[in-house]
Amino acid sequence: MTAKRIVAAKRDHHLSDLSFLLVQALNGLASASSLFIIAAGLTIVFGVTRIVNFAHGSFYMLGAYFGVTLIPRLLDVSSSFPMFLAGVLAAALGVGLIGVAMELVLLRRIYKVPELFQLLATFGVVLAVQDLVLKIWGPLDILGPRAPGLRGAVDILGHRFPSYELFLIAMGPLVLGALWLLMHKTRFGVLVRAATQDREMVGALGVNQALLFTGALFLGAALAGLGGALQTPKLAANPHMDISVIAEAFVVTVVGGMGSVPGAFLAALLIAELQAFGILIFPKITLVLVFLLMALVLVVRPWGLMGRPEAGQARVVLPEGIVRLQRFGRAEHVAVAAAGVILLALPLVGDAYAIKVAIEVLAFALAAFSLNFLIGVGGIVSFGHAAYFGLGAYAAGLMVTRLGLPMEPALIAAPVIAGLGAALFGFFVVRLTGIYLAMLTLAFAQIVYAVAFQWVEVTGGDNGVVGVWPSRWAGGRTTYYYLALVVVAAAVVLLRRGIYAPFGYTLRAARDSAVRADAIGIDVRTHRWLAFTIAGAAAGLAGGLFAFSKGSIDPTLISIPMSVDFLVMTLLGGVQTVVGPLVGAAAFHSIRDLLMPLTDYWRLLLGLAIIAIVLAFPRGIVGGALLLRSRLGWDDAVARARARTPA
Amino acid sequence: MYARMQLRRTFLATVAAAGLVASVAGLASAPAMAQGQPVKIGELNSYSRFAAFAVPYRNGMQLAQEEINAKGGVLGGRKLEIVFRDDGSTPGDAVRVAEELLTRENVSFLAGTFLSNVGLAVADFANQKKTLFIATEPLTDAITMGAGNRYTFRVRPSTYMQTKMLVEAVKAKGVKKWAIVAPNYEYGQSAAANFKKLIKVATPDAEIVGEQFPALGKIDAGATVAALESLKPDGIFNVLFGADLTTFVREGNTRGLFEKRTVASLLTGEPEYLIPLGEETPEGWIVTGYPWDQITDAPHKAFIDAYRAKFNDTPRLGSFLGYSVGYMMRDLLEKAGSTDTEKLIATLKGDFKFTSVAGPVAIRALDQQSTMGAWVGETTKQGKAGAMKNWKYEDGAKYLFPEAEVKAARKE
Repeated sequence: MTAKRIVAAKRDHHLSDLSFLLVQALNGLASASSLFIIAAGLTIVFGVTRIVNFAHGSFYMLGAYFGVTLIPRLLDVSSSFPMFLAGVLAAALGVGLIGVAMELVLLRRIYKVPELFQLLATFGVVLAVQDLVLKIWGPLDILGPRAPGLRGAVDILGHRFPSYELFLIAMGPLVLGALWLLMHKTRFGVLVRAATQDREMVGALGVNQALLFTGALFLGAALAGLGGALQTPKLAANPHMDISVIAEAFVVTVVGGMGSVPGAFLAALLIAELQAFGILIFPKITLVLVFLLMALVLVVRPWGLMGRPEAGQARVVLPEGIVRLQRFGRAEHVAVAAAGVILLALPLVGDAYAIKVAIEVLAFALAAFSLNFLIGVGGIVSFGHAAYFGLGAYAAGLMVTRLGLPMEPALIAAPVIAGLGAALFGFFVVRLTGIYLAMLTLAFAQIVYAVAFQWVEVTGGDNGVVGVWPSRWAGGRTTYYYLALVVVAAAVVLLRRGIYAPFGYTLRAARDSAVRADAIGIDVRTHRWLAFTIAGAAAGLAGGLFAFSKGSIDPTLISIPMSVDFLVMTLLGGVQTVVGPLVGAAAFHSIRDLLMPLTDYWRLLLGLAIIAIVLAFPRGIVGGALLLRSRLGWDDAVARARARTPA
Repeated sequence: MYARMQLRRTFLATVAAAGLVASVAGLASAPAMAQGQPVKIGELNSYSRFAAFAVPYRNGMQLAQEEINAKGGVLGGRKLEIVFRDDGSTPGDAVRVAEELLTRENVSFLAGTFLSNVGLAVADFANQKKTLFIATEPLTDAITMGAGNRYTFRVRPSTYMQTKMLVEAVKAKGVKKWAIVAPNYEYGQSAAANFKKLIKVATPDAEIVGEQFPALGKIDAGATVAALESLKPDGIFNVLFGADLTTFVREGNTRGLFEKRTVASLLTGEPEYLIPLGEETPEGWIVTGYPWDQITDAPHKAFIDAYRAKFNDTPRLGSFLGYSVGYMMRDLLEKAGSTDTEKLIATLKGDFKFTSVAGPVAIRALDQQSTMGAWVGETTKQGKAGAMKNWKYEDGAKYLFPEAEVKAARKE
């Protein structure tokens, strides 16, 4: 039997059994409820604060851990369903309070800096919470007790169906109803909805925003905690569950329309049912299905199923990114020359390992620089820049290992292939704006990731491909370092020229006001598309260089954590400066390299370091340095420019 | 005025270069190059990300290291010093860490890694650097087969070997209709492929009625269990582990998926996975694992007692592996009489045997795979905890890849 016929036979077998289809639909409903409760929290927090809260997954995980800690103790007192429920609610409340703490201690201090920077802060929280959970609860998974009264199963048309899952199915609409009442019948809810529609207007009307934000964070975190605690009778609390849920929660939120609670419900339903039935026909589709759906929805409906374009969108807002281009003065030239000398002399003073790390820093610096070409100049926030880094790495790696070509053509192919990929995806991406654009880049990155992961015959699957080594002449560590240095420097200089050229000015005009740019005859979309392609090609070149320095390619190069790393590097250095991402890449990679050998808890230290930098330099390292210079009155021009941006 | 401008510029120059200089200065600080007395070995593993396995593994190895050094060390009184490093759980990080161990710590050879893709990347790095790498934990068949190289030796029984042990154990039951559930990545896929191939040899009229591949760590347990149930198989081959396994088992128990069915399950008998299952542990699954609580033979019992006394914790499979590898390192160094890579490799390839507490373990030169075995038995409940029964230690030597397949796969 051929594979196709087997699949067809299987499908017929499933489809002929109506009672099974009903049960499978119920399974989908139970997953949908869980997914909805988590995503509802995320969408409320985003609607009110505009924060892309990566830590939402951590809240979910904490909810589960609080649940497996509290619920057994309460059940020891009296093994009854109300006690179980009390434990779940207590866990949700506890996580809500942690959300409040995060708002008060961390987010409140940085509301006035670019919105993106808050993302960096929440990422620091993710890293810290991962290790804290490991430290407090240990590495072993902890399965919670079954819910009293709902331990068993009920018979549905001859299939045994867990009664707890029936309870979960009811919880989704219940939470939706409760949120509807909250949103429509309380002052807090009305303000939340108002802020979701037009935050500036709510502020202008004199609403206490600080309190509103704290409330939103409490509600959002508590919902995540509730989602986590409700899972404990099904799913063992484990230190990886934050990552496994966050991407899916974002997808639900975006597909439903950011800020729309009913939209999240609809999207959760759609995704869970697709998943439940999808695995019957394509058992391996689990990896990519939700992202395919998101890409499709966003291409057809740019604001999700039930989202609306932002009311304040036509308003001119203060841009985030490079506001004012400064030409290099003598001081800057001195700095660049110094950096150049240090980089050139590195192989003379550093050992082989130092050179190795430096090569990686160079590749990352180019990737981060190209990302800021999009963010800082074009206002195109990409959450999936690793797709192009990875495309470049795979193009180079596969050419060398599968086609037997030498390094040189492979290094040329890397930016070409990545650029082609960026052109293809960018065509759809640049039609969107803001968070929807960011999520579409993420969806495309996940699709590339899934192809690399699943197309085992060509890409080697998740094991990847080894044996990607440079040509003999460049095989020496030092030679390869100089090669990477020359290539990266040339690419950075070229990109920088692009920023300072009319092309860069046009991009910034389109970023600051697409409407006005359009009115004076600029083809906004084409310029943004071109920028996306160029940045993708540059990232691909970085990926090619990286692949040859590692000797292997594998899907982690395309994964979400890699994309996040690039974002972190860019933000850490400062999106408002041209050279910031280079410094950010060097700082981030060096800090990580410094911390990793010290302790098993290096993620905690890295997270704390990021949070400290966010608080100390809310504009990134280079941005902070420039601000400090102007505060000291050492540069009047910069000071004047700063005075025009929100302090 | 001029002076002030000067100052301004100097400041700017300092600031702009600060990040770069700081990092470069950090990199450039030369390591201590002194070739001291101790024999250093670099061990990299996922101590942070996969702590449930890797921390007991490190504990076991540290216990072995202490015992070895207390008994006079290696190579005529030199101390054995194992340098532990987190591999970051990605190939990119791991290759950098391996480089650090080689160039800054001057280790004689590398050992460790957990994830298969990390293991393969480090193996290729070792090949490039002409350094010995003892891949202790990664289970992928590729590391001794298609991607094998002369510098890489693997200790644990591979996916193929453990699957073969399970197939042998269920053969007598004569189950014909099998369904497979495996995590959607290389380990799951290759275990599924091995099972399909081997079950047809063992039970010629066996048939695979369907497969499920949930994403790793993200199983939709209700839907997956229902999908398997609808296939009406007589046997289920399970490759899920960790959080996927616990949620799958509870869901399956509630829905009666495992009733009157034979289940063969990889790794489920390991304490790492049995402890979280607890009361939920299914009865009578045929598994590979580690029944440490029932082991009575003297040397193994002594290890278990020493481990429990030192770490105030029960041993896991990782503990056994780490401890065994510690002694493998000693025996290797003693027999080679040197830390020279070529001598080490010649030793490993020349009928090398070391003593583990579970019995002697050899290295097959052909695919550079150890003959370390695994405990095969059935799961059962003891009070509220999971355990193994009717188990026996299966020597890995009986389950190695057929020689012809190795010769066809290895590119040397």
